[in-house]
Amino acid sequence: MNAGRYFWSGDIAAAEGAIAAGCRFYAGYPITPSSEIAERMALRLPQVGGRFIEMEDEIGSIAAIIGASWTGVKAMTATAGPGISLMNENIGLAVMTEVPIVIVNAMRGAPSTGLPTLIGQGDIMQAKWGSHGSYEIISIYPSNVQETFDLMIDAFNYAERYRVPVIFLLDALLAHMYEKLDVPPQEEIDKRVINRKKPTKPPGETLIYQPDEDLVPPMPAVGEGYKIHATGLTHNEKGHPELTVDAQEKLVKRLNDKIRKHAREIWKVEEYLTDDAKLIVFAAGSEARAVRTAVDMARKEGLKVGLMRPITVWPFPHEYVEKYAVDYLVSEINYGQMYHMVREYASGRVELFPGMGGEIHTPQQVLRAIRRMIE
Amino acid sequence: MKVEIKFGGLGGQGIITAGYITAKAAGIYDGKESVFTQDYSAEARGGASTSEVIISDEKINYPHVMQADYLIVMSHSAYNDYLHKLKKGGVLIIDEDLVKTDERASEYRVYSIPATRIAEQLGNRIVANIVILGFFTAVSGVVSKDAMWKSIRESVPKKHLELNEKAFHKGFEYYG
Repeated sequence: MNAGRYFWSGDIAAAEGAIAAGCRFYAGYPITPSSEIAERMALRLPQVGGRFIEMEDEIGSIAAIIGASWTGVKAMTATAGPGISLMNENIGLAVMTEVPIVIVNAMRGAPSTGLPTLIGQGDIMQAKWGSHGSYEIISIYPSNVQETFDLMIDAFNYAERYRVPVIFLLDALLAHMYEKLDVPPQEEIDKRVINRKKPTKPPGETLIYQPDEDLVPPMPAVGEGYKIHATGLTHNEKGHPELTVDAQEKLVKRLNDKIRKHAREIWKVEEYLTDDAKLIVFAAGSEARAVRTAVDMARKEGLKVGLMRPITVWPFPHEYVEKYAVDYLVSEINYGQMYHMVREYASGRVELFPGMGGEIHTPQQVLRAIRRMIE
Repeated sequence: MKVEIKFGGLGGQGIITAGYITAKAAGIYDGKESVFTQDYSAEARGGASTSEVIISDEKINYPHVMQADYLIVMSHSAYNDYLHKLKKGGVLIIDEDLVKTDERASEYRVYSIPATRIAEQLGNRIVANIVILGFFTAVSGVVSKDAMWKSIRESVPKKHLELNEKAFHKGFEYYG
């Protein structure tokens, strides 16, 4: 997209951010509130030499982007609740075979088909624990349209740098909300785009799952002459199945450690008026916008309150929570998810201010919850 | 300066488009901060439809209307559903053929226009939302006439530009 000022929804910004990051393949099955991402990609990818495929379902969609990524292209899909549930098995495959992909989940009211057009934040834990097994992924969650565009570039960078699926969380409110944003010149964006490491040794001398010191193996593309064997079974550095305790220990530990050891490079957290706060409200995505207004109202009443907003949701930015010996109020549109993470790391009291879905809290509701907790 | 605007009507009347055009006019062409949110039912046409616009000189956090300064309704059900969102003394703009006000309206400043009828006279009721946007622009002054027209021009099909231009001016001139 040409540099300039645009008036876009979160969905459009996600699609355009992906294209700016270099995404050239999209496979998806439209579902509210993410359909406008598919719509935009169908329009725009052919204009930039990319490919768009409307698939038969979400299982096919994620399988297609995993395959596409092995050809060396940056690939993405987008979905919502019912679709992300179908994708989870293959998210595990992408984790195990270390395939860079980006999956947008525009969270809506749930469980099941729930509230298609209305907000929920019930997929926070699922983003981390949706597939079977013990693994690490990266998940980020913006709260405005500009940030959605900017973070999509980070999402692709993380996927490529760490060879891992990145779950890009949106919510129904942000997906369909329009704001103005500034798109920087593509040359500026290109300066911060990261591409996957390629093997430096020729075929025959490279073990395709042999990691470098950073625990991430370089990734050859199909057709470059390397013998690629990618399996969801526990495998050795050749990529061949090796169904032993030792191989499992070596592989699964590395898959986790390559994320955990780089957590500090991945974490992004916004803090607002936390320096002198006695109480910090912890909130993400659209809900954090209501909280920020509530914090301003509380400050006018002389209450020492701040906002902590995790932009990186996974790996969980626990050092930020640990930094303050204060009480935490976790305000989220579910019945307690991030709440459990904050409780694990906070030294003071932690309380939950839940919403079952359909709308974010009003600032007045958050303010009352703040007052209750301070008294 | 912070202004909260709510549009309400039925699917197919262009309620979502009216909100989008207004927010874009303020944000892009008047250089203010603006946010547009939308809510609609599952039906493509005939279900309830509403959109909200916040315009401010400062960064907008909470993106919904708390107490509307302006409520623009194009169906009687929207009048019933959203009147409580309008602050006392706020401006109520109605399509007078589609909304019948009652004693509750006495607490507000009411401006009426037969927007759908005007649109039909121009040749197509689909531009009723543009008629009411013209009227809103004249009544409120919240968005400049120039910015609103630029935003309409960028949002409607090119082949219907002339019809939309007439609709916008008819609505604008209906006031005063």
